[in-house]
Amino acid sequence: MKSDIILSGVGGQGILSIATTIGTAALMNDLYMKQSEVHGMSQRGGAVVSNMRVSSNPVASDVIPMGKADLILSVEPMESLRYIPYLKPGGWLITSSSPFVNIEDYPDIEKVKEEIRKYKNHIIIDADSIAKDIKSARSSNIVMLGAASPFIEIEESLFIKAIESIFKSKGSEIVAKNIEAFNLGRNYSLQNKK
Amino acid sequence: MSRVLLLGDEAIAQAAIDAGLSGVYAYPGTPSTEITEYIQNSKIAKERKLHSDWSTNEKTAMESAIGMSYAGKRAMVCMKHVGLNVAADAFVNSTITGVNGGIIVVVADDPSMHSSQNEQDSRFYGDFALMPMFEPSNQQEAYDMIYSGFEISEKYNTPILLRITTRLAHSRSSVELKPMREENKLKLPSDMRQFVLLPSIARNNYKKLLGNQIYFIDEAENSSFNKIIPGKDKSLGIIACGITYNYLIENFENHISPYPVAKICQYPLPDKLLKEFTDMCDEVLILEDGYPFVEKQINGLFGNSKIKGRLTGDLPRDGELNPNLVAKALGIKENIDLKVSDIISNRPPALCPGCGHIDVFNSLNEIMADYGPGHVFSDIGCYTLSALPPLNAINSCVDMGASITMAKGAADAGLLPAIAFIGDSTFTHSGMTGLLDCIIEKTPITIIISDNSTTGMTGGQDSHAFNRLPEICLGLGVEPEHLRIYTPLRKNHEESLRILREEIAYQGVSVIIPQRECVRTLERKVKSKKAEL
Ligand SMILES: Cc1ncc(C[n+]2csc(CCOP(=O)(O)OP(=O)(O)O)c2C)c(N)n1
Ligand code: SF4
Repeated sequence: MKSDIILSGVGGQGILSIATTIGTAALMNDLYMKQSEVHGMSQRGGAVVSNMRVSSNPVASDVIPMGKADLILSVEPMESLRYIPYLKPGGWLITSSSPFVNIEDYPDIEKVKEEIRKYKNHIIIDADSIAKDIKSARSSNIVMLGAASPFIEIEESLFIKAIESIFKSKGSEIVAKNIEAFNLGRNYSLQNKK
Repeated sequence: MSRVLLLGDEAIAQAAIDAGLSGVYAYPGTPSTEITEYIQNSKIAKERKLHSDWSTNEKTAMESAIGMSYAGKRAMVCMKHVGLNVAADAFVNSTITGVNGGIIVVVADDPSMHSSQNEQDSRFYGDFALMPMFEPSNQQEAYDMIYSGFEISEKYNTPILLRITTRLAHSRSSVELKPMREENKLKLPSDMRQFVLLPSIARNNYKKLLGNQIYFIDEAENSSFNKIIPGKDKSLGIIACGITYNYLIENFENHISPYPVAKICQYPLPDKLLKEFTDMCDEVLILEDGYPFVEKQINGLFGNSKIKGRLTGDLPRDGELNPNLVAKALGIKENIDLKVSDIISNRPPALCPGCGHIDVFNSLNEIMADYGPGHVFSDIGCYTLSALPPLNAINSCVDMGASITMAKGAADAGLLPAIAFIGDSTFTHSGMTGLLDCIIEKTPITIIISDNSTTGMTGGQDSHAFNRLPEICLGLGVEPEHLRIYTPLRKNHEESLRILREEIAYQGVSVIIPQRECVRTLERKVKSKKAEL
């Protein structure tokens, strides 16, 4: 198997927590991985991207070549479009629907969504509301991970195990909330992928 | 043996600990910061009481490492590429002194300038100092090079340079660890004059260093990090340095190149190996993530029509390489049809909402409106982002400390008022010496040290200025009545306007210190306090 995932968002939104969870699940599955992160200046509210590469064979490049990503997973809708040239033909674009507006010229959100809908394989999910509904607003990134999970060739149970191991130190209630968040995201994608 | 997931930076840190390090010396700088932070947070490093406190700047770091080496112990110095400019005096002389305990200097270059003001290539510095160098292609090699690097350092009596780039520093992969070695024992140099660089001694040491070059080359010729990977199609050969090797093999099925490849990760260049390789191939493409360092050497002064690379336009002259750029240079056709939609806006980094620097700039902008544009010299830190809209507050950022000295030069030239805007950490890094120049000459200058009690830009490391900024200024000779301290908050706007007006009117050295902790650092401290409870 091979999953090349572009993770995108805005500095401060915590995309690295998604990367860590996928990485942990991949390691539990004895897969090879490389994950390139953004540190430094752009973390200060700028556009950030992380390249996550998981494979049953050794991974060469730390960055995903353009035109080769299986998946763009974005916690911000406009940011999901910034890395479009990386998506392979038929790749999936999965994004949260909540815009993060910290610039003056943020485009009309409806136009952004229209643009996203031009790609046949897309999922737009209101992860923030889903997380709020289960009274766990901070789990919105895990909802996003759940939404991406059907498109990553790692077994569902391993994601759950990864979530357990990562949130263990925060108590069983937080673990349960995040598993719930994961499942809600996952089910949303399973129902909405065509 | 255990495998762990580590950033390139973390692999370097872990390797140093495992190799019996006694101290790391560093000043923060993206993308090198995480090396030292890893050691600061390492349990075993704490148990062993390894030195890992931040240094005031890269020069003090490098010199402290030489001191630790003098005492027989292993030391590592870490910095970003421009830090090596600051440390250069000590760095270049460190090959003349040689080492007692091993020294590794880790320098993280930033091609494409993700978080930097230039993309200088540290391999030129290594060459200049006649120092052996490593350039890992992956996290495991980074680990292995540090682990064995200390031995090479001690064997040949020379510091070693390990050069990485942003991509490797901040990329995570699994690394296999080696057994942990004991620290060196305290031991004076066998030749007590080794570190005394009087001309008569230095000449001798330098001759020894020159004589050692053939051994350094020999190490590179026989290094397991430099190798030729055969390929059937000799119409082209590829020399891939460091991380570019990954970008190359990414383009081939099962990562097997049809062309012969020379993977180069250790310097000085193995000339025999490269001569044989170049002779064997009709053309040679050179891949380097940085300046055309190898390409220039192989070209020589008169060029070599076989050689392709950044100088021939087969690859871009600037910026980071990637698999797509390498594919293009190889003539591999790619279908990248999807284009970025033009409805997307740029999202540049910005000062955090609530940041104290913003309040200072709001006041400063209001005052400077009376004088017209072009009077504010600034420095490197979060506040540099004020060069962009909406603040548009500063007119320069060159290197750490240059705000004060540039404002001085401009004032000397008659451009008044001359304002310097600098952060607390940058001030202790390189601003204090410039302030002394101003005081000696009583330069008419207004220096704002925006004190957020942290090194914000690089993630909030402790600042050496903390709790001692006023005393430093007074000690250097700032007049007490022209040292003004206030809290930059909206409610103090009028007060700050008054202070600025009064000090700009003063025809001598004024230092204004707006003091309020970085909101991010504060937030993190509160969080970790909570976690402790
Ligand atoms: C020679 C050199 N070393 C390190 C850096 C990396 N660096 C950039 S800004 C900065 C610190 C800024 O701290 P401070 O001046 O206190 O400003 P703040 O970011 O906290 O506002 C550092 C370490 C650099 N650019 N140049
Ligand atoms: S990190 Fe701190 S100093 Fe930097 S912009 Fe944010 S609040 Fe200001």
